[in-house]
Amino acid sequence: MLSIKNLHVNVDGKEILKGLNLEIGKGEVHAIMGPNGSGKSTLSYVLSGRDGYEVTQGEVIFEGRNLLEMAPEERAWAGIFLAMQYPVELPGINNMSFLRESLNAIRKARGEEELDAVAFMKLIREKAASVKLDDKLLKRSVNAGFSGGEKKRNEILQMALLEPRLAILDETDSGLDIDALRIVSEGVNLLRNPEHAIIMITHYQRLLDYIQPDFVHVLADGRIIRSGGKDLALELEDKGYGWVLEENAA
Amino acid sequence: MSAKQETVEDLVKAGYEYGFVSEVKSDTLPPGLNEDTIRFISGKKNEPGWMLDYRLKAFEYWKQMKEPDWAHLRYDPIDFQDISYFSAPKKAGEGPQSLDEVDPELLATYEKLGIPLEEQKALAGVAVDAVFDSVSVATTFRKQLADAGVIFCSISEAVHDYPELIQKYLGSVVPHTDNFFAALNAAVFSDGTFVYIPEGVRCPMELSTYFRINEAKTGQFERTLIVAEKDSQVSYLEGCTAPMRDENQLHAAVVELIAMEDAKIKYSTVQNWYPGDENGVGGIYNFVTKRGDCRGDRAHISWTQVETGSAITWKYPSCILQGDDAVGEFYSVAVTRGYQQADTGTKMYHIGKNTRSTIVSKGISAAHGQNAYRGLVRMGTKAENARNHTQCDSLLIGDQCGAHTFPYIEVRNPTAKVEHEATTSKISEDQLFYCRQRGLKEEDAVSMIVNGFCKEVFNELPMEFAVEARKLLNVTLEGAVG
Repeated sequence: MLSIKNLHVNVDGKEILKGLNLEIGKGEVHAIMGPNGSGKSTLSYVLSGRDGYEVTQGEVIFEGRNLLEMAPEERAWAGIFLAMQYPVELPGINNMSFLRESLNAIRKARGEEELDAVAFMKLIREKAASVKLDDKLLKRSVNAGFSGGEKKRNEILQMALLEPRLAILDETDSGLDIDALRIVSEGVNLLRNPEHAIIMITHYQRLLDYIQPDFVHVLADGRIIRSGGKDLALELEDKGYGWVLEENAA
Repeated sequence: MSAKQETVEDLVKAGYEYGFVSEVKSDTLPPGLNEDTIRFISGKKNEPGWMLDYRLKAFEYWKQMKEPDWAHLRYDPIDFQDISYFSAPKKAGEGPQSLDEVDPELLATYEKLGIPLEEQKALAGVAVDAVFDSVSVATTFRKQLADAGVIFCSISEAVHDYPELIQKYLGSVVPHTDNFFAALNAAVFSDGTFVYIPEGVRCPMELSTYFRINEAKTGQFERTLIVAEKDSQVSYLEGCTAPMRDENQLHAAVVELIAMEDAKIKYSTVQNWYPGDENGVGGIYNFVTKRGDCRGDRAHISWTQVETGSAITWKYPSCILQGDDAVGEFYSVAVTRGYQQADTGTKMYHIGKNTRSTIVSKGISAAHGQNAYRGLVRMGTKAENARNHTQCDSLLIGDQCGAHTFPYIEVRNPTAKVEHEATTSKISEDQLFYCRQRGLKEEDAVSMIVNGFCKEVFNELPMEFAVEARKLLNVTLEGAVG
C-alpha cells in the first residue's frame, strides 16, 4: 500500500530524514516510536504534503501513485488522513459544516455522490456517538475553545467519518487522560479492517496497550534503526531508547 | 470644447434672467466647478429657487473648506476643476453596443455571480431597449407602495412633488457645513432617492435601488434621504453585488436617515465599485457621508455594509441617538485587495438616556490592501446608563497588506458603559494546511475561513443579500492566497 524508499528530507536547509525506508501493507498497524527530534512529525507532514518539507532524495509510492507529486488535498482524496498532534482552530466555522464540506469534497473528487443535509446529519450523529463526542461540540466552531481531549476526539471523529485508507496518528495520545485515551483508541480500532492501514506515531507504550500494533519501528536521527513486533515496544518501555541507539552505533 | 462652453454661458445668463431654466440644449458639462456649473445643474433639473439657493450656499461654504487629510489613505490630490459635474443619462447608441464590446473580465465576474444576461447588459452600460423584468417588477412594487402611503422616488422628483418634506429634512442630519465632501455633494448632487414612511406604516417590502438601475443613472454625487415617521419601519438596500462600470472617478454621496419615535430604519449596502486594475490604476474614489438621526424615543437605526469595491473608501455611517432608549447599530465588512485602501468605521453619539449602540467591524486585507477602522463613541453628559459594545476584528491574508484601528472614545457621563474588543488575525499556513488535509481546495478553504470571519455581519443582511454577499466575497478573494 505504502512504500517509502531512501527518503531524505530537509527542513530549513537542515536534513531531518536521512534515508528512511518503510513498507506498509493493507490492514497493518504500524507504531513509530523514537526520541524527541528524531523526525517523527516530519515524516507525518511529508506524507500528508505540507509545505516547507523539501524532499532531496528517495520516493514514496502510495497504491501505485507517486505521492510526492500530489497536492495535500489530492492526497486526502486518495485516502490519506493525518490526525494532528495540535489540531488547528478554525474560528467562525461550524464544526458540522466543516465535516460535511470535507466529506463531500472527498466524495466529489472520487466521483461519488455528495451527501445531502439529512443523510449527513444521520451519519455524523452515528459517528459522534461512536467516539462519544458531545453533540454540542458539533455545533461549535472547529476546535475553537475545545479542551485538549476534545480536540483529539474531534480528530478521531473526522477520521471515523472519512474512513481513510491510510490514517496517520501523530501523537494522538499525548495530553490525554486515561478515559479519553480509551475512547480515542476505540475509535481507532473501529477503523481497523483488512483494507485500511494505520501509522501511529507515539512516545509511549501506553497507547499500544489499547491499540495493538502489528509492527513497531524505532526512528532515530532520521532513520528507522530497528523494527520488530509489539514486544519491541515493551522492551523500549522497560529499557528506554538508549540501548537501541547504542546497538545501532556499534 | 469651446462650443460647449458657450452653451453653458448662454444658459447661465438665461438663468440669471428667469431664476431657473427649463430648457437646455447641452447634455454634458465640460470639466470645471464654479457658480455657473451649479446654476446649470439646477436649471437642467428645473429646480425651484430654494433648491438653487441651497446649492449655492453649499458651494460658497465649500470654497472656504479644505480637503480632509487625516484619513489613513494615500492618493494623488484630486483636481476638482478637472471633473465634469453633470452628464445626462446615456441614450441608446452611446456606450457599448453589445456584450461583445465589454471587458471579458467583467463578464466573467457577472457569470460567477450568476447575474442574468439582461441585467448584465444594464450593468455593463450596454444600451437595452426592451423593458426587462425588473422594471415591470418595479412598477408593480410602486403600486403596492403607494397603497401603503409610502413615498419612494428620486430626489429630483421629490423636490418638485414634495417640496415641503424636502425643505424640512434635506440637510437636517448632514448639513452642507458638515464636511468637505458633504458640502460638495450639497452643491452639485446629481440625483438620488427619497423615501418617506408615514406614521404607523410598516413598509410592505424591502426597498432597493437595484430596481431603479435602468430607470435613472444616479451618477457620482448621489443624495439619499429617508424619513421614517413615528412607529414606522423600513428596510432599504443600496447597491448591488455586481461590479458597476462607471467613468466617474470621484464619488461623493450623502445619505441622511431620520427616525422618529419608535421608528426603525435598516439600511444595508453592498458596494462593489471598480477597484482599479492590479496596479491600482483607475479605480473609483468613494467619499461618502452617511448619518442617521434617532430623533424620537426608542428610535432604531441599523447600518450594515459590505464594502468590496473602490480604490479608496472613506465612509463612516453614523448614528445620533437623541431619543431616550434609542438604538444605533453598525455592522461592517470591508475588503481591500490589490492596492485598495479603506478608511471606514462609524460614529455613535449617545445623547439620550439608556441609549444603546453596537459596532461590529470586520476588516479583511489581502495583497497590498490597506484597511483602517476609525470609530468614535461619544457618551454625552445626559446619556444616563448608555451602553456601547464595539467589536473590531481584522483578518490579514498574505504579508504585504495592513490593518489599522483608530478607536476614539469620549465619555462624559459616569453611568455610561463602553466596551471595545479588537482582534487581528491572519489566515495561517496551519489553517490552510488543515483544511486541505481534509480534502478542501485552497480557495475553498480561504472562502470558508473568510465567510466564517464575516458571519456576524452577514447574519444582519436581508437573506437574499446575504447569499449574494457571500458569493461576492468568494469572487473578490479568488486567488488572494498563494
